[in-house]
Amino acid sequence: MEEVRADFPILQQRIHGKPLVYLDSAATSQKPQAVIDAVVKFYSRDNANVHRGVHQLSERATADYEAARVKVQRFINAAKCKEIVFVRGTTEGINLVAQSFGRPRLQQGDQIVISALEHHSNIVPWQMLCEQQGAQLRVAPVNPQGEVLLPELEQLLTPRTRLLAISHISNALGTVNPVRKIVELAHRRGIPVLIDGAQAVPHLPVDVQSLDCDFYVFSGHKMFGPTGIGVLYGKEKWLEQMPPYQGGGDMILSVSFEKTVFNALPYKFEAGTPNIEAAIGLGAAIDYLEGLDVEGRIAHERELLAYGTSALSRFPGIRLIGTAAEKSSVLSFVMDDVHPHDVGTVLDREGIAVRTGHHCAQPVLRQLGVDATVRASLAFYNTQQELDALIRGLQKVREIFQ
Amino acid sequence: MNADLRDLYQEVVLDHSKKPRNFRQLEDANRSAEGFNPLCGDRIVLYLKVDQGIIQDIGFQGSGCAISKASASMMTGALKGKTVEEAEALFQRFHDLVTVGPSEGADVASLGKLASLSGVWEFPMRVKCASLAWHTLRSALNGNRQPVSTEDPATT
Repeated sequence: MEEVRADFPILQQRIHGKPLVYLDSAATSQKPQAVIDAVVKFYSRDNANVHRGVHQLSERATADYEAARVKVQRFINAAKCKEIVFVRGTTEGINLVAQSFGRPRLQQGDQIVISALEHHSNIVPWQMLCEQQGAQLRVAPVNPQGEVLLPELEQLLTPRTRLLAISHISNALGTVNPVRKIVELAHRRGIPVLIDGAQAVPHLPVDVQSLDCDFYVFSGHKMFGPTGIGVLYGKEKWLEQMPPYQGGGDMILSVSFEKTVFNALPYKFEAGTPNIEAAIGLGAAIDYLEGLDVEGRIAHERELLAYGTSALSRFPGIRLIGTAAEKSSVLSFVMDDVHPHDVGTVLDREGIAVRTGHHCAQPVLRQLGVDATVRASLAFYNTQQELDALIRGLQKVREIFQ
Repeated sequence: MNADLRDLYQEVVLDHSKKPRNFRQLEDANRSAEGFNPLCGDRIVLYLKVDQGIIQDIGFQGSGCAISKASASMMTGALKGKTVEEAEALFQRFHDLVTVGPSEGADVASLGKLASLSGVWEFPMRVKCASLAWHTLRSALNGNRQPVSTEDPATT
């Protein structure tokens, strides 16, 4: 674990004189030197625009960019490379599906189903779509532990349901949803499924063919890659049918004022100059992850989560928010009589980075009876010692606010 | 606690957050306004009784972090008996204090207890907490119907 931490230069610093304890990876992950190097190397040696130009630099840039696409394909076991669309992030991916897949299909009175524990990015695009089309957004409930209730979800699936959108892992609560089962439920009724995998890809292996989901979206910056890059995976049959999302250069084969012919997949959905260095950085992040011992990484995270859960459960006056049977890497909690903001500020002065607030998941937090929580989120570069520091920091909060 | 946190969570601030003054609804309020920080859920409802340009009585309800509660509590204490103009002037001085920090010519003494919130300026992420009550006050005095949000451009 020491070796792994040494790969992440940013973790070596001190904050307010204390070692940085970074427990905010669900907001954004830290980057290994290999990813930083890949981005720097691109700008130092290979930078040129992609897909156009016959000169050497352009060839290298294009090769690296498309190599990253292949890496993504293998990483999530997509059947074809053309099913991998580079977007800005999960949010853009969902908006793309909402407008390009949803809009042509959704008639007045049709329905979209989501769950109560979605991130705003997997709520608002559907709200906007339903508003545009006169359709209805239906929400599968969660229990007080933060688990989606499958029977209730199933009841919401009707002949008018055009899409089900669900997160793989909840960013606010850490709940791992049984997405394979959910896809089966939906497919039995001919309903396509979009999975928001932003919090999943950093923590567990994802096989989109095995899941059989119709769309899978995730962000590079949450999986140890750069910001500004994400992936929309879509089954070829859907992507072929979908009209373009944004118009512009690169997504066309030919342009004239009489007629413009759109490009083939995946370029049809990649208008304009892409975030080339970020795609390459994402490829480097995938290489880095695949170079680690996957089983070891998962086991370590599981141990950390168990350790943290136990320590927080035993802390007087602390209530864990999100106690699903299947959880990953998120410890959300509230403290009696102390507002999360105040907890977060005191922890910050101890060098501990957590997130406080609603985590872009106001509906589920409201349902669980809170406005805001303190969220400590884990990645494989965290240690037990860091969780001990968190507990000591919380003791300090107690002292100040008793 | 270390020196910096002591600047933010001064004794009087903690006292006001645990036992907020004027923490009540006003039966005979003739001005009121709501304020809200959508990022964390701090919320306040402010009640004023203004008569002949003087703030006769003031109270508040709501929930939120220690800074927002202390600020609201101290604000209500400072405003009772003041004229509407004096309240506006106090808003300006307080706003400067928490966004810019104590400065050479600043009349910190005249702020009384409110000066204990001067540490906030070193914690930019908490400025909104301290100023929520004040923006709500302004809204109440102006007779605005819409709840104030810390995320309105007008409140920065």
